[in-house]
This record gives sequence, structure tokens and C-alpha cells, in this order.
Amino acid sequence: MKRFARRFARSRAGVLGVIVLATVVALAASAPLLFPGSPFRAVDRPFTPPLGPHLLGTDVLGRDVAAGLAHGARTSLSIGLLATSIAVVLGTIIGGLAGYYGGWIDDLLMRTTEFFQTIPTFLFAILLVAILAPSVKSIVLAIAIVNWPTVARLVRGEFLALRVREFVQSCIGLGMPDRRVIFRHILPNCLSPIIVTGSLSVATAILIESALSFLGLGDPNVMSWGFMIAAGRTFLRTAWWLCAIPGTAILLTVLAINLVGEGLNDALNPRLYISQRGEGGTEKRVRTLPA
Amino acid sequence: MGRSAYVIRRLLQAVPVVFAILILNFLLLHLAPGDAAQVLAGEAGSATPEYMAQLRQRFGLDRSLAVQLVLYVKQMLALDLGFSFRHSMPVLDLILARLGPTLLLMLTTLGLSVSAGIMLGLLAAARVGCWQDTLISVLALVSYATPLFWVGLMLIVVLSVKLDWLPTSGMETVDAFYEGWARVLDIGRHLVLPALSLSLFYLALYVRLMRAAVLEQAAMDYVTTARAKGLNEIRITLAHVMRNAVLPVVTVAGVQVGGLLGGSVVVESVFAWPGLGLLAFQSLFARDFNLLLGIFFLSACVVVVLNLAVDVVHTLLDPRIRP
Repeated sequence: MKRFARRFARSRAGVLGVIVLATVVALAASAPLLFPGSPFRAVDRPFTPPLGPHLLGTDVLGRDVAAGLAHGARTSLSIGLLATSIAVVLGTIIGGLAGYYGGWIDDLLMRTTEFFQTIPTFLFAILLVAILAPSVKSIVLAIAIVNWPTVARLVRGEFLALRVREFVQSCIGLGMPDRRVIFRHILPNCLSPIIVTGSLSVATAILIESALSFLGLGDPNVMSWGFMIAAGRTFLRTAWWLCAIPGTAILLTVLAINLVGEGLNDALNPRLYISQRGEGGTEKRVRTLPA
Repeated sequence: MGRSAYVIRRLLQAVPVVFAILILNFLLLHLAPGDAAQVLAGEAGSATPEYMAQLRQRFGLDRSLAVQLVLYVKQMLALDLGFSFRHSMPVLDLILARLGPTLLLMLTTLGLSVSAGIMLGLLAAARVGCWQDTLISVLALVSYATPLFWVGLMLIVVLSVKLDWLPTSGMETVDAFYEGWARVLDIGRHLVLPALSLSLFYLALYVRLMRAAVLEQAAMDYVTTARAKGLNEIRITLAHVMRNAVLPVVTVAGVQVGGLLGGSVVVESVFAWPGLGLLAFQSLFARDFNLLLGIFFLSACVVVVLNLAVDVVHTLLDPRIRP
């Protein structure tokens, strides 16, 4: 653990990412203490500029922008984490089965994965949320469905490579049950690329969530950054900061997560190739850039 | 096997994908609250009871799910996507009318992001470790983390509201009645901001890919050979390294076409660009699910076709890929 921390600390960008991310997490965690009550409630006249009586001013309905930002951080982070966990579990199961068993199982599962990478996934997410009615549950589900194929392909690749290694072959030769081989011997060996991909896909999840809530598909009961931008959009000419502030929050959070992800990658697998993040996921595996 | 045989084989491979999309559409239709006829008819109350009854009969809603699926697929394969009461137009006509602007936006974005990504990535790799590399890499990292719609809004604030250089919305100045080149120029001016906002994320992706690919190729033996032959560095980079390094960028560009279509929903609704994305956004508000499903189906088909085109380009670029 200590060695890992030291290796991680070598990447300055990664450390910067951790600091920014920790700030966002702290803001999200303390939102109910710093800004008690609903972030949807009006606290003052509309359009008070930033650095007035309210730190970041108020919006069109007199809602406190800073309160929205803090509560929005909770929404973005929790939806991002939840959706990614589901995507990682689903992707690991599917990719693992395909990579371990091969044959027709592999064919079937991989054609399905490719299918989900071909269709315009964001459009699919929009449809799913619109049809199931916007709620945290449907948004998490939609994002998870968009994100799992990347994980599945990565895990399949790892399983394929590990499957033929001597230690796995000897386990199989000893007559160990498949479940034990998979969970005790193969899976632990591909945890680090899964962690790296997972951390990067939290960033994708946050971007998708913000785009959905910008389009008016956010959960109407929770504050979110995309919603704040959509609400401020009409007043771009007179009060551009209403859009600029939450957008900067998204940008910083996503950037921080990406930096942490790359730092993790460098620390966990110094010589390993990982799959580059992309909205649809990518077939070509490329080395992440040296920090 | 010739190239045309390859194209035919790939077209055949696309058939199950189209079927899968249809089945997915069917499932979504059944996930929606109310029965499928209500969804197909659009907003509650806007369709006549006779039309509803006709729909129920045509889709066999009183029969088993399997029968319904067969009827639905038959209907869709005949390209009968239903009728939109909100727009009082058949869904297919509505979509085809909006396809042009979206394709214009997508192809411009694709061209812009791929070409600029290749050039910037090449520059960063050629100057690896210098300030140019650092600058390009940092910009790519930031663009990679920026929401598309927010880039669009901020570009509007700076370039349209503050500087008044470019129009904020629409595809052309309708009341100016431009013709010929004046119209092309006008559309071009309207295209700048949406294409720029949509490009930025993909540009960042391609810059990173290209930089990594060039660095990887530059260490290969064939580069040493070329150098030993006495070729100059510029020729080695452009004729040898670049040809190989471009391949991963083209591969990923093909995979990203679907993502580009999704991104265009957001960007088109920011800039009121009259394409499929804006139509999807409007039908969201009108709760016109049938129109939304039609857009999803046809854009998935567009993606399949574009993917095929990218694969063919691939065989042209890389003679090692035997069709």
C-alpha cells in the first residue's frame, strides 16, 4: 500500500486530480450541513450577481447557485459511482464468461457487446430514460447500459491472456472447479486494469448524467449540474455565469477523475497497456500517455 | 476475393444488427407506460379512437407477444414508421427531411476532428517533451473532460454575444433569401459553432491516439531502415510513420460514429440546428415516443452504414487487411 502511494505520488497530475476530487467529495458530503434545506427553494431576489450576499449569486428563480452546486455534486458523484459499479459488475461477468469459456459463448456475448457499441448509445440512453420516466433509478440504469461494453471487452481480453498462462492451466489440470479458478486465480490478476477502466468510466458517467439532465431528463426531485445549466441557458446574454459556474464544476470534476485514473494506471501497471476511454469504447488498445 | 465481395459480405453481416435494433425498439415500446397503441399514437388525446383501434388491430395487440413482434418487424421493414400527430406528418418523411442537416454536421465534424487530430497529434509527437507537446496534451486533456453542450454555450457567449462574429442558432438566415454561393456561405457561417463544439471532444481523443501511435511507430525497425537508406526525417514521418499511425485513428473514428450521433442531439438542441438531434429533443418534450423510436432506428441504421464505409476506407489505407 505504501509502495503504491509512493508510486502514485510520482505523477504530479494524479496528485492534483486527487486534491480536486477530494474537494468535490468534501463539498458533496457537507452539502446538507453547509446548505440545509432544499436547493430548489428561493433565498433572495433573482439574478443577484456572484460575490454578493450569496457567494455565487442566485438564479432566475432566486435559488442559491452555491447550494445548487453542492447538492449537484452529490447527485453527479453518486449517480456516477452507482452506474459505474453496475457497469463494472455486468461487464466483468460478461467479459469473464466470454474470455474463459470461449467458443459459442464468446461469440454470442461478444456479438451482443459489439451490438451495444454500434448503436448510438446516448440516443438509446435518452429513449430509456424518457420511456421509464426520469428518475435516479432510470438514469443509473441507462448509464450502466451505455458503459458496460467497454469493461466487458477489457475483461475478456485479460481473461483470454490469463487463461493460457501456466498457473491457470495447472489449476485446471488439478481439476479445480471453474468457479474457483475464475474467482481465486484469474479475477484477482486483472483487478488493476478493471479499477483503472472503472475510474475512467465514472468520468464518462458524470458527463452522460449532465447531458441527460441538461436535456430535461434529470430526476426532477434532485438538483444536478446539467439542470442548472439548462435553467440558466435562456439568460446567456444577461447572466452568463449561471451557465459558466456549474459547467466549470463538471469540467473540473471530470478532469480530476481522468487524472486520478491515469495516475492509478501508471501506479498499478507501470508497463501495462490499457484500453483508452471513449464514448463507444474502442477496439484498439493504446498505451496511455506518459504523465 | 475482391473488394466488392468484401462489401457484400459486410452488408450481410449488418442484417442481424438491423434485426437486433428492431427487437430492441420493440422491447422499448413495451416498456413504456400504457399499451403500445398509446405510445405509437403519440400524445394521449391527440389520436382519434378509430385510429387507436386500427393501430391495436394492425399490431395485433390482442395476440401473443411473438405475433406482435413479427407484425412490428414487418411494418418497420416496409419502412412504415407510423404517424406523428404532433407534426401531422408520417414519421419517415419527418426524419428524412431532417437527415440532411445532421449528416452535414456529422461529416463536417468527422472531417474536422480527424484531420486536425492527426495534425496536432503528429506535431505533439514530433516535438515530444517540448512546450508544443505539453500545450497540445493539456488542451486535449481539458477538451476531453468538457461537456459538449457547455462548450457550445460558452462559444455562444464569447463568439456570438460578446464579439458578435457568428450567428447563435439555426442553419441559415431564412429571411435573407440567399441563393447560390451566398447561401452556401451563410450555411457555412452557421455551421462553424455547432461543428466546433461537437468536434472538440473527438479532436482530443484523436490527438491522444495519434500522438501515442506515432511515438510507437517511430521506434519500429522499418523507421531505422528508412533512416539508414538516407531518407530525410520529413519524408520518413509523412510517408512511413504517418501511414501506419493513422490506422488506429480511423478505427476509433469508425467506432465513434454512433457517439457522434448522440452528441449531435445535445449540440443541435443548443444551436437549434434543424437536424435529427433537434427533432429528438423536441419529441422528448412532446412525449412523442414513436417519433423518438423512429429516429433511434434510422440513426442506428445510418451508423451501421457509416461503419461499413469506414471499414472500406480501412482496406484502402492498409493493404495488409485482406478484404
